[in-house]
Amino acid sequence: MLSRESSATLMSAVTAFIYKEARLQDEHAYEAWEALWTDDGVYWVPANGDDIDPEKEMSIIYDNRSRISLRIKQLLTGKRHTQTPQSRLRRLVSNIELTVEQPGGDISVASNSMVFESSLRDDTIWAARNEYRLRYVDGELRMAYKKVILVNNEKALFTLSFLI
Amino acid sequence: MNVVPRASQWGELIRPDRVHSSLYSDPAIFEAELQNIWYRTWVYVGHESEVRNANDYVVKSIGPQSVIMTRDEQGKVNLLLNRCSHRGNQVCSYDKGNARSFTCPFHSWTFANDGRLVGYAFPDGYDGQDKSKLSLGRVTRVQSYRGFVFGSFAAEGPTLEEHLGGAAETIDRLVRSSPEGEVEVTAGFLKHRVKANWKFILENECDGYHPAFVHSSIFGVADSAIGKLYGGASTALTRDYGNGHTEIDLRPEFRKRDAPMSWFGTTEERLPDYAARMKAAYSDEKAREIMIDGTPHVMIFPNLFIAEIQMFVIQPLAVDDSVQHVTALQFKGAPDMNRRLRQQTMGSVGPAGLLLADDSEMYERCHRGVLARNPEWIFLGRGEKRERRDDLGFKVGHVTDEIPSRGIWRHYRSLMEAR
Repeated sequence: MLSRESSATLMSAVTAFIYKEARLQDEHAYEAWEALWTDDGVYWVPANGDDIDPEKEMSIIYDNRSRISLRIKQLLTGKRHTQTPQSRLRRLVSNIELTVEQPGGDISVASNSMVFESSLRDDTIWAARNEYRLRYVDGELRMAYKKVILVNNEKALFTLSFLI
Repeated sequence: MNVVPRASQWGELIRPDRVHSSLYSDPAIFEAELQNIWYRTWVYVGHESEVRNANDYVVKSIGPQSVIMTRDEQGKVNLLLNRCSHRGNQVCSYDKGNARSFTCPFHSWTFANDGRLVGYAFPDGYDGQDKSKLSLGRVTRVQSYRGFVFGSFAAEGPTLEEHLGGAAETIDRLVRSSPEGEVEVTAGFLKHRVKANWKFILENECDGYHPAFVHSSIFGVADSAIGKLYGGASTALTRDYGNGHTEIDLRPEFRKRDAPMSWFGTTEERLPDYAARMKAAYSDEKAREIMIDGTPHVMIFPNLFIAEIQMFVIQPLAVDDSVQHVTALQFKGAPDMNRRLRQQTMGSVGPAGLLLADDSEMYERCHRGVLARNPEWIFLGRGEKRERRDDLGFKVGHVTDEIPSRGIWRHYRSLMEAR
């Protein structure tokens, strides 16, 4: 159990991390965003519910660390047509809470987000619950796990090719 | 155009090597397609493995219509329309489940899962009413081929096997990649919506001209051998089976490689259980042949696309609004193979897919593009001068040729001209 003071310090560091991640995503800072991941990172956007088994059922994204890297490399080619031109993005992140502590010392955090996307097709609003596991690596916070639970993940979705 | 062409006029819009832009963008033509194609010909609806047990159901569609696929207590598969026979309320609001009956929440009419009306609230108000005349609506004809369930709203017409014709063999070729000879559809569907006409999707599935350009971003960084299959020097073929069914036949390239599982970008050694089960199920020689040839890349008109490792179901909602339902194919008796099939499918397809998000971008840009009316025509003449016939008499050409589009439109015209 953290003291009140250290809990506030942790909350402040976590909040700063989540805001930074949001800004890097909005501004398509692909390499800087990728550098936020730990070596064992998992990036998961489930489909058809919040708690499907991603080892048995289809997810919108279920990337291990090497596929995160592949996704970023593809965006960096400049020939990822669905992001050429890039979507214009701004997202709001709120309701940040430290959640149940994980064995092994990872910091569990959850937040809500709403993203406004303007693309060639049209303007699209995306809303999600985000669950993170963060970890200090060499004194810096890193993401070991990010799960993005889209509110409408049971429905037919338009292309989601920016970093959510 | 706001008036649907008369039967004699479709030929003015559909020529052997070009089609008119309005075919993709005119709402009146879309309505005519619903009547003459979607509500008449055989349309793929679902797979028997999605309703494995008695009373299982799953909600599917034919065009914009919601269809409940059920397995009743006798084991029969039914395709029921999701509207109460009383006032039209949808009787089922869940994607799937297990239920002996569906009770409409509006006035509590209850239907058995074979469609029969079994009861209504306060029955004395219906004195003398014959319940058998108030069943749920159903898709008129239901037939399945190797587990793939199709429906047709036409009481008469070609049988499913007649409709599939030469393309039935591609489904045979698919299921034999399971050591038990069966495909399962158990991994759940991603649903990817595009603001584009459904025929842009249909035609792209066997367009071998685009991958080198639309997918260069992923081929380059993933060290993928797929790009070569669609290059100028490829020996792969496009094929027109008739009835609108088209294929990209990659076997000539896979046979040149002569390496089992190369079609899937892997080796026998990395899938030892699968390879052993295949050899036990077939002979060593036959298993080797199957594992070299791989699975088909075939578009069954109008809505079932089998793309080697995954299947897509195309659903038109409006002239400019379509959904691609996509899932990993799973081979019965092949758990190690199935895991890889899911992983590769998840990476490739759906709203965030490393391949399909770019295809879908092209669909939407094409749809906006054809609203410009000069030139009025879509030109589909690639490879027309080098078409030839294969041993079975089907038209084939180079993998980048537009034989599939020409075949699709020839069949489309015959359906739209029919009365």
